[in-house]
Formats: sequence, structure tokens, C-alpha cells
Amino acid sequence: MNSAAASNAVLDSLREQIAHLESASQRKRGVLPFGLAQIDDRLPGGGLAYGALHECAGGGAGTVDGAAAAPFVAGIAARTKGKVVWCLTRPDLFFPALAQAGLHPNRVVFVESDKEEDVLANMEEGLSYGGLGAVIGEIVRLPMAASRRLQLAAEKTGTMALAVRRWRRQTEASDFGQPTAATTRWRVSVIPSEELPVPGVGRARWFLELMRVKAGECAEFEVGACDAEGRIDIFSRSADGQDQAGRSRYSR
Amino acid sequence: MPRVVSIFFPDLPTDRIRRADPAIPVEQAIAVISKSGSKRWVSAADAAARKAGVHLGMPAAKAQALFQGLRMIDADLAADAAALERITMWALSQYSPIVAIDAPDGIVMDTEGADHLQGGEERMLTSIANRFRAKGLTARVAIAETWGAANACARAISRETVIVPRGETVRAVEKLPLSLLRLPEKIVGDLRTLGFKTIGELANTPRAPLTLRFGPEIGRRLDQMFGRTPEPIDPIRTAELVEVSRAFAEPIGAAETINKYVARLVVQLVDELQRRGLGVRRADLIVETVDGTRQAIRAGTAKPARDVAWLTKLFKDRTEKIEPGFGIEKMTLVAVMAEPLEEAQKSSLLVEDEVVDLTPLIDIYGNRGQRVYRVAPVASDVPERSVRRIGAASDPVEASWVNHWRRPVRLLARPDQVDVMALLPDHPPVWIMWRGKRRKVKNADGPERIFGEWWERNSEMAAVRDYFVIEDEGGERLWIFRSGDGVDTETGSHKWFVHGVFA
Repeated sequence: MNSAAASNAVLDSLREQIAHLESASQRKRGVLPFGLAQIDDRLPGGGLAYGALHECAGGGAGTVDGAAAAPFVAGIAARTKGKVVWCLTRPDLFFPALAQAGLHPNRVVFVESDKEEDVLANMEEGLSYGGLGAVIGEIVRLPMAASRRLQLAAEKTGTMALAVRRWRRQTEASDFGQPTAATTRWRVSVIPSEELPVPGVGRARWFLELMRVKAGECAEFEVGACDAEGRIDIFSRSADGQDQAGRSRYSR
Repeated sequence: MPRVVSIFFPDLPTDRIRRADPAIPVEQAIAVISKSGSKRWVSAADAAARKAGVHLGMPAAKAQALFQGLRMIDADLAADAAALERITMWALSQYSPIVAIDAPDGIVMDTEGADHLQGGEERMLTSIANRFRAKGLTARVAIAETWGAANACARAISRETVIVPRGETVRAVEKLPLSLLRLPEKIVGDLRTLGFKTIGELANTPRAPLTLRFGPEIGRRLDQMFGRTPEPIDPIRTAELVEVSRAFAEPIGAAETINKYVARLVVQLVDELQRRGLGVRRADLIVETVDGTRQAIRAGTAKPARDVAWLTKLFKDRTEKIEPGFGIEKMTLVAVMAEPLEEAQKSSLLVEDEVVDLTPLIDIYGNRGQRVYRVAPVASDVPERSVRRIGAASDPVEASWVNHWRRPVRLLARPDQVDVMALLPDHPPVWIMWRGKRRKVKNADGPERIFGEWWERNSEMAAVRDYFVIEDEGGERLWIFRSGDGVDTETGSHKWFVHGVFA
């Protein structure tokens, strides 16, 4: 633990130097912490960066529905301030579930289009408009050029861009391996729910993989699904090997 | 080639009379009587009168003598014209930037680039016909590549709508009678005497002898119908419309130049609106090119707007669609729909912790043809009815869903029927077979009983659905229901369905 803290100080100064080299606008944006030390420590700056593109996909059988990815980003969006623009082509989202993840229907403006390319264009338009909490897009393909455009548009206004990758069929999911300009890339899979002392389905749990993060390392977590404020929480048996007693959450 | 919609009102005079006096019963036959010299004759008859045998041109005295109970009303051409103008103004605000009166009994409009906003040509035409019928006006609607062809087709059909596909103009009109060529009656009569019956025959006759005999009119109408000479539609305008325009001595064409002048026109328009205390809801940019064509861009806003940056952005988004051809001669910016706007528009600058007005962004999406909406709760237990779409710019809804039961994040549009093994009446399935995979149910919650809403549909009087949240061994959580309570077959088929996917 001590060596980690020491190396962090070095890393922080290095990061600061890099940030100076990057565009000036990006430095002041800040981050949105998850409020969970295990996750936030893995992210540069201590949370999900505002003004950046984040990708998220469902794992395993959930790739077609993006079932777990949607409430995960909804929970992130719920913790931002301001309106949320949600771009999609297939309107099968059931809003009561998002409301249970802390997103009020007044905050979300849906933009539905017929074509995949329109979703990208709509996201970019929303990102460059400014003043939004987050712009979410449900997309199949995210080519490098398009992701770079989204990243730049997000940087310009400091709006968080969240791309939910979902596919029409399982085989298309291999597209997720292609590189994009996203700052972080997540995969959320469903795992058996929390065990209850009585028969029944307990609190939903996810296996959360941080597959890629700029200036950081991959990590895996087992988390409990978003609560009514959009916060996830972590289980002690975290996959990164650290075993701490009880739940460590120092959220607000 | 533009796409021209022609709307023909075959019963305009009688429809107008009925609209003005709703007390007239539907079965009452009406005939409109015109006077020419000392002759009084039937100039219009409604469906009931026509069914009884009244036909146009019949002497009024004869009609009166033959048909009992026929209501005869004097023709009022001025009122008919005023009614048509009113309808045309309404169509201008609804359908397309370029709408004109096609006297004496129709409307013509250019809908190039406007149909996609209404779900394609077929749906647009159907909705036009339906909306006019709802207003008590019989309408025949046709769309074709030219004014002439659309006009002829609208008057030739007996059903409500017809679509002439691109490039099919000749085939569509060649069999139509000469009278639909919009020629003076004298010429039509003379052509008939010569043995011509259809437009096709006339089009295949050498032009020179016809021109020598009848003048250039026939050739002009034929060329207009087949799109060989342009026939620009001069949009209807009234004094109340706020309109600014700019004519160019030297035609312009470059994209930057167009954008520059659009921006200037917007400033002028906003000044004018400011003076009148109005905000614009729909604005049209009409571009006239040197070769006599008109192109239009329409921009709509969800709230009355008077913000220069906002309006400029709406137009600049799409000025690239303008084809300047040999150059633009004139640009006009019209506020087709304007509403009172008292306070000045709030600037949409990015200020920390201030609620940002999204209306300009919503307009940008809307003008691109995207469906923009918010959702709001409906007090209904039936899942697919508990969400409704509301306008993206509508007032905030305070309520949210009150639900202690978990709800799936994806709801299938149609529940998937699945094979299960379950104990009736109130046990969750032991396994289910969904998407070709057999899943053993490890944990389940339920049943959550949802009753049919008999006030919505009679068939739901006794209907019941029992919902279960199930979790398989891999942790996948699904929302399934059994139609019926498991005991009484009255309440449902007892088949099982997957209705949603949990995270």
C-alpha cells in the first residue's frame, strides 16, 4: 500500500505534466467519482472524466440487449447535473427501470433516428451544444474517426459522452475489439444476484470490467447494481485481489 | 425535379356552405345556382344532390321542378375564393414553404424535401386527405413531378390520393382527357372537333401545325406538364406575414456567400419581429435561382423564437442542400407562423449551475427529421401503457413512476411466447426456453398480478397477468408473465411470455 502511495505521487506529477501538454480546456473539467475507492483509484483524476467519451457494452448474452450497460450509464448520467440527451434507433428502453436508477424523466430528452449514422451526428450535435449533463448514444458501430469526433466535441464543451454499444446480433459484438478514441471502455455483465436468506431474487449484481483507460490500467470489479441515486456499490470480494472487510464506501 | 402536390376540392362551394352552416343535415341535398345573363343554372351540387340526379349545367328551374327538397343557394364566388385562400394559408403553415392557390378549386404546393418529416409521400398524402376530410372538405390529392401532371392527376382520380413515381409522368398522363391540360375551353373544344381525345395523342402530334393553328398555348402547357419548361410556384403571401428579402444584382452561388446573406436576413427578420412583439415558430427561406426555379428550406421551432444565433444555426445547418445552379437571384425569409413573444429570449450561453434551455437543440434535431421526445408516466399498471411520449419542450412533469417492484430495462415490443415447465397456479417456472436456450430458473420473485383495464377495452374485463422476475444460473434476469391466473381459463390463455430483460 505504501509503495503504491509513493508511486502515486510520482505518477501524479507526471500526469500533471502531460495534462499541460494536452489542450488547456481539458484540464479544468474535473471528474465524476463513483464514490468507491477501488474504482476511482484506477481512474486518472479519481473518477470518470467530464468532457470525454466513455464506451460501455454489455458482456456475454447481454450484448444484444445492452441490458446491463444501459442502467450503468443511466446511473452515471443520473449523478451528473443538467439535462441528458439519449440518442437511439431502437426504442425498447423501459423508462421506469431508469427511474429506479435515479434518472428523472424530466431530465432526459430522447432523440430517435432511423439510421445509425444519425445517432453519431446527433450525439455530436448534443455534445457541442454545451450545458448538458451527459449525452448518451446507443450504437452498433463506432469507427475510429467517429469516436474521435465525439471525443473532440466532448472536450470542447466539457460534456460527458457515453456510448452504449449494443448489437443487432451476437456476431457483431466482435466490433468491440476495434480501437476507438474513447477515454475509458467498460464492459458490464450480469452475474447471479446477491444471495438472500429467503427464496427470491436479491439485489442485481454486475461484473464490471474496465477494459481500457487512457493513462491507466485495466481492472475488474464485482458491483451491486445502481441504487435509486444511481450509485453502484462494491462487494468485498473484489476481483482485483484485495480483500477488505465489509463494504468500503465513502460516498456522499 | 421537384415534387408537386396538387390538392383538388371537387365540392368546394357546397362544402363551404355546409361548413358555414353546420345545422344543415347531411342528407339534405344542396345545389349551388349561378347566373349568367338571364340563365340560372346549377354550378355545383353535393354528393346527395348528384345521387338524386342533379348534374352540373342543368337549368335551375328544371332542377327545382324535378327534385323535391333540393336546397338551392346562390353562388358566391368571392366567398369561395376567400375560403380557398384561407385553406391555402393554413396549408402553408402546415405542409410546405411553397404553397399557392390553384384557382378556382385547388391548392398546389412543392413538397420537395418536406415529405420525410411526415413519414414519406404516401403517409403525407393520406394525412392531407384525412385532415381535409376532418374539416368537412372533400379533397383529391396527387403528387407528381410537375404542377401540370399533379393537377391533371388530382382531377382525374376517383380515389383520394395518387402518387406518380419519379420518371413516370408520361405514362401517368398520356391516357388522360384533353380537358385536364389547363387549356382555355375554346381550344379544348376545337381540338376535340379535330379528333384529339387524350393528352398522349396531342403530345405525339407534330408541334408546328398545332402552334400555327392555336398559338403557343398548347405547346407551353405540354412542356410544363412533362417538365421541359419550369413552372415555378409563386407562394401565397398576405400583408400580415413578416417577410424580408434580398435581391442580388449579381447572382450568388458560393456557400459562404449564401450563409452570409442568410445571417443578414435573419438579423433583419428578428428586427422586424421585435417591432411587432412576435416570435417565430416556423420560418421559410426561399431561394430563387436565375433559371427560374424556387427552392425552400423550412425551419420550425418548438417555442416562439427571436434569437439570431438560434435561427441562423437552424438555416445554416441546411444551406448546403441549396443547389445554386447558375446563381441565386433572390432570397426571401418569411416567418410563416409567428406567435406573440413578450420577454426577450434568454441567451443560451454556458453558465455554471444554470439550467440550460434546450429548445434550440431540440429544434436542430427536429428540423433534421429526428423524433425528439421525453417520456412521462401514465397511471396504468399495464407495463406497455405506463409510459407515454410527450413533446421534448413541454413543461416538466413532476410525477415519476411509483413502483416498488423492479422493472426491466428493456421491454420487448411484443412479448415472446416461451415454453416453460411450471406448477400452477402461483409458482414460477422451473425452466424456460427462450431464444433457443433452455434456462434453469434458480431464483424467482413473484407473482405480481396485473389486472386488465376493463375501462380501456372490453376484452380485458377479466384478463390477468402474473409477472415473475426470474434469474437463471448464469445470472441473467428476465421478466416473464403468464397470461391468466392459473386457475380460471376466463382470465387468459395460460401461455407464458418473456416481456423484458433486467440488468
